[in-house]
Amino acid sequence: MSDTHAASVPYVRESMLPQVEPPATAKGPVKWVHQSLFSSIPYTILTLVALYVIFVILSGFLPWLLGGVWNTGNIRECREVLDGAQGGCFSVLTDRWNQLLFGIAYPQDGYWRPTMAFILLFVAAAPVLFGSVPRQLLIVTVLYPFLAFWLIWGGSILVPLAALLSFAIGYVVYSRLVKSSFAGGLFGGIAVGVVVWFVAGLMTSNLTDVLALEEVASRNMGGFMLNMILGVICVSLSLPLGIVLALGRQSNLPIIRLICVVFIEFIRGVPLITLLFVANVVLAYFLPPGTNFDLILRVIIMITMFASAYIAEVIRGGLAALPRGQYEAADSLGLDYAQAMRLIILPQALKISIPGIVNVAVGLFKDTTLVSIISMFDLVGMIRGPILASTDWNGVYWELWGFAALLFFVVCYGISQYSQWLERQLQTDHH
Amino acid sequence: MTTMSDPQQGSFRLSMLLNDTRYRSYTFQFIALLLLIALMAFLGINLVRNLAEAGLNISYSFLYVPAGYDINQTLIDYNSQSTNLRAAVVGILNTLLVAFLACITATVLGVIAGVARLSKNWLVSKMMSVYVEIFRNIPVLIWILMIYTLMTAVLPAPNAFRGDNATSSMLLDAFAFTNRGIYIPAPVWGPGSMIVVATFVLSIIAAIIYRKYAVSLLFRTGKLLPTGWPTLAILLVPTILVFFVMGSPVGLDYPALKGFNFQGGLQIGAPLIALWLALSVYTGAFIAENVRAGIQAVSKGQTEAAASLGLRPKRIMNLVVLPQALRVIIPPLISQYLNITKNSSLAIAVGYADITATLGGITLNQTGRAIECVLLLMLFYLTISLSISAIMNVYNNSVSLKER
Amino acid sequence: MNKSVFFGALTVAGLTAGAAAASTLDDVKARGKLNCGVTTGLVGFAAPNANGEWEGFDVAVCRAVAAAIFADPNAVEFIPTTGKTRFTALASGEIDFLARNTTWTFSRDVDLKFDFIGVNYYDGQGFMVPKALGVSSAKDLDGATVCIQTGTTTELNLADFFRANNISYEPVPIETNAEGQQQYLAGACDTYTTDASGLAATRATFETPGDHIILPEIISKEPLGPLVRHGDNDWGDLTRWVLYALIAAEELGVTSANVEEMATNTTNPEVARLLGAEGTLGEMLGLDAGWAKNAIASQGNYGEIFAKNIGEETPIGLARGLNAQWTDGGLMYAPPFR
Repeated sequence: MSDTHAASVPYVRESMLPQVEPPATAKGPVKWVHQSLFSSIPYTILTLVALYVIFVILSGFLPWLLGGVWNTGNIRECREVLDGAQGGCFSVLTDRWNQLLFGIAYPQDGYWRPTMAFILLFVAAAPVLFGSVPRQLLIVTVLYPFLAFWLIWGGSILVPLAALLSFAIGYVVYSRLVKSSFAGGLFGGIAVGVVVWFVAGLMTSNLTDVLALEEVASRNMGGFMLNMILGVICVSLSLPLGIVLALGRQSNLPIIRLICVVFIEFIRGVPLITLLFVANVVLAYFLPPGTNFDLILRVIIMITMFASAYIAEVIRGGLAALPRGQYEAADSLGLDYAQAMRLIILPQALKISIPGIVNVAVGLFKDTTLVSIISMFDLVGMIRGPILASTDWNGVYWELWGFAALLFFVVCYGISQYSQWLERQLQTDHH
Repeated sequence: MTTMSDPQQGSFRLSMLLNDTRYRSYTFQFIALLLLIALMAFLGINLVRNLAEAGLNISYSFLYVPAGYDINQTLIDYNSQSTNLRAAVVGILNTLLVAFLACITATVLGVIAGVARLSKNWLVSKMMSVYVEIFRNIPVLIWILMIYTLMTAVLPAPNAFRGDNATSSMLLDAFAFTNRGIYIPAPVWGPGSMIVVATFVLSIIAAIIYRKYAVSLLFRTGKLLPTGWPTLAILLVPTILVFFVMGSPVGLDYPALKGFNFQGGLQIGAPLIALWLALSVYTGAFIAENVRAGIQAVSKGQTEAAASLGLRPKRIMNLVVLPQALRVIIPPLISQYLNITKNSSLAIAVGYADITATLGGITLNQTGRAIECVLLLMLFYLTISLSISAIMNVYNNSVSLKER
Repeated sequence: MNKSVFFGALTVAGLTAGAAAASTLDDVKARGKLNCGVTTGLVGFAAPNANGEWEGFDVAVCRAVAAAIFADPNAVEFIPTTGKTRFTALASGEIDFLARNTTWTFSRDVDLKFDFIGVNYYDGQGFMVPKALGVSSAKDLDGATVCIQTGTTTELNLADFFRANNISYEPVPIETNAEGQQQYLAGACDTYTTDASGLAATRATFETPGDHIILPEIISKEPLGPLVRHGDNDWGDLTRWVLYALIAAEELGVTSANVEEMATNTTNPEVARLLGAEGTLGEMLGLDAGWAKNAIASQGNYGEIFAKNIGEETPIGLARGLNAQWTDGGLMYAPPFR
């Protein structure tokens, strides 16, 4: 074929030219720079402006960071060392790191306890967050709440052990009864658990020094630790509550739906700070005279309520996004409501809602700083209160705020990166 | 009995309340209702008992007694002899003011950042992602406090503007940036100024009519009228003419350093600026993500189809991409507006007199009426959120795809 | 699980609350700790030091009460409160005793249902200005920007003062003393107003205290004192007499150094009654005989507490003034221990 072609059309090349490198301006970094930075006049101007902005920011920031002083005892010494040069007094961080992280009143020789709880949190969270981690680690996840409670609050190990025992017995009862009726299993399990907990509590009440760590009261929690405690506890408590609320809002029982709708809309309609005011100044009037559970517990209740309303809305979105056929399929298999929800609907709906739930969790974690407004010494409260008020460090703003911002950024950015990774993992449809 | 056609009637057993799905739903609802009533009664009885024990009562008469404190930034007349109710109204207006300002700037910032993040310019898009990530992942309270510190610690005090060797000077002799706030010239409405304002309002109406006319002409005849310059001319020319014909009735009152502070002009206090800026940059980062997601949600085929019809890039954006992207962008945008309103309650951290700071702060402290104040406070925010949700529902219905 | 723990706790709390409408003293004894409300940080009056231990003038009163009850000045839980949260914390029972430079006023005593147990510091509201401002009287402050802590009586006094003198001002409300300091030093306000003692304490933390003056006008009476909830008179009596014991000890020459010795071999019958060597004063309060001895031994008498925390030897440098003993021309006057 080719020779006839060559014969009839004389000016056609018969063989391929050897491949030639593209011109220097159309390949490699030069091409990249040209295309992505200087492709047109407006882009060039934009690039130059952006470069200038970066230069201005860095020229202010870098000398401050690199010229910083790390080892003085107070701001006057620090200013003497700096002697007019540009630089930050980071020695406030080395001097007060324990207060920033653990608050004023946590016993100094017990810092390893929250640190340990923090490290174990990763071990406990790993099997939940990553499917590739061995399932056996789930046992750590189950044990973690009790262990963390013991580590952080101290006291005898019998208290969390009793709680664990009642939890385990309650679970056994639940799994026996759940085959006949979900409601029976749930309430039976809870009832038995409470009874066991009560009995065990009575039995262990005078054995307070078995494997005891020094007890620390809730109000002595502070610093970034308090933010972490509030964040972790409230997110984990609000998840089940949010599921219940979402199911209630989607249910076809009018009274239950009404209760859930009113609750969710009310909570979502007011700012968190007003709920914290309620916890701080009003709640006591609504409890029996003399009841006095501490501020941190009241705050946990309020933040949990707040977060559960938002999580309920996210999960409701997930429930609504499921195709109608899933509900109908569950019905046609003859499953009752609890079975259908537990086995078919919720697993799928929760999977769809995970990114939304993570967003709520990040928002909630950031919102834990609001407790500083009701005079709790979390990280922000610690900075605004004792540290900036002290003779040694008044006037050291940027180092402290920068440190606080950095801590929150690391945690929140980490979580949001995880959520994006998870979203990619969960894409079951490939198009 | 045996002849009756409905067999259920006779065979109703108590256990059916639990086991029969027809009755079970009633059982559950009944239990839920009972629990709710029990909870309410528990709380109510406790409240009555506690109040009786403390010798207090629920009364709103404190709203009508003089507040006794002063507020630095007010939109309506207020002094320390005004009532607590008026202080609350001042707070409400301040909340709405900062929320309104922050909504506008956050939208502008968010749209710019969202579009720039999709830019082909690598540096700009990376810078915008850095902006979005940094501001989204740090609590807004920290931003508010940081920007407030920036305002008070970095900007010069009014003192620095004083004397012959002043270290700071006013911009154009009209704007003063101090750590107490920014002072800008305020308009002074002289006699006849109403006519100027009326002219301006009329020109706005005329400009809208002109644009409508241009569109209808385009649809009827296909003739394309220019809209940009004529609109601007309609807006400005008559107003400027009338302004000079009336002998410049609208003047400007420039701020000047007198005594301790700048006097005259319009003062925008440092707390307001800090709150406004912080809410804008923080929420702007979220809006940027919404905008980006909205634009990316319009499939590329739409752009290509429009291009193949011969539309120019600007028209593709205006006629094809934006209308579809807005449908995705606006619902989350409105919930961001709601967030701004709720987050504005953090004003209390920088001493801006919003409703949380007046009614929920100083009034609560000075009168000790905690329950009443917190209740009113929640009611206010609830009203705002529910009305914004209602507006959003109306909008969602109006833009939902009309399927035929 | 956590949920059931919590509900269990709630039920238990409800049950015990129903059973015992106990007195505050019984509650405190059962708890083993006194819950004492203090400021979030005002150097000299109440502030945590670098080790996180609270110290200061108000803190010493808390510790003295704890020492009187438990013979242990460290059996105190310090609960920081702001101007806003202090009263609700006390009213709701979160704290038993509020020692947070709180002004004794009619409405707080009567309308808010609290009992002020006495005055531990006679104060008045003053103004601090930078020397460079060239102001010598508060009446020259027309048009000034004033930093003011919200939720305090000073806020109302300020409005009244400027109104009465027919001059204008611009308030800058702040939440905590630290913020007030920050605003004032940055020049965001021309003057900072609060109790004169607080001004002195704040000025003491400045880098160059000499550049700032406290104006001579004292625009209000601010009798600062600890307070308790209305209704439990026994608890009110106990705390009141602990405070008076500190004041009387100074008058009677009992100090932390000589209290042990005085308790055993004093010849003054009032000292003997005060320190529990004679009579049954402690029993009447529901405490040990050595209640006042423990309080004085741990914290010193009123004069020692004053000198140690805010006196002229400290950076805060307050003179006794009105707070001297009545025998020295001051207002500190303890009723007889009899």
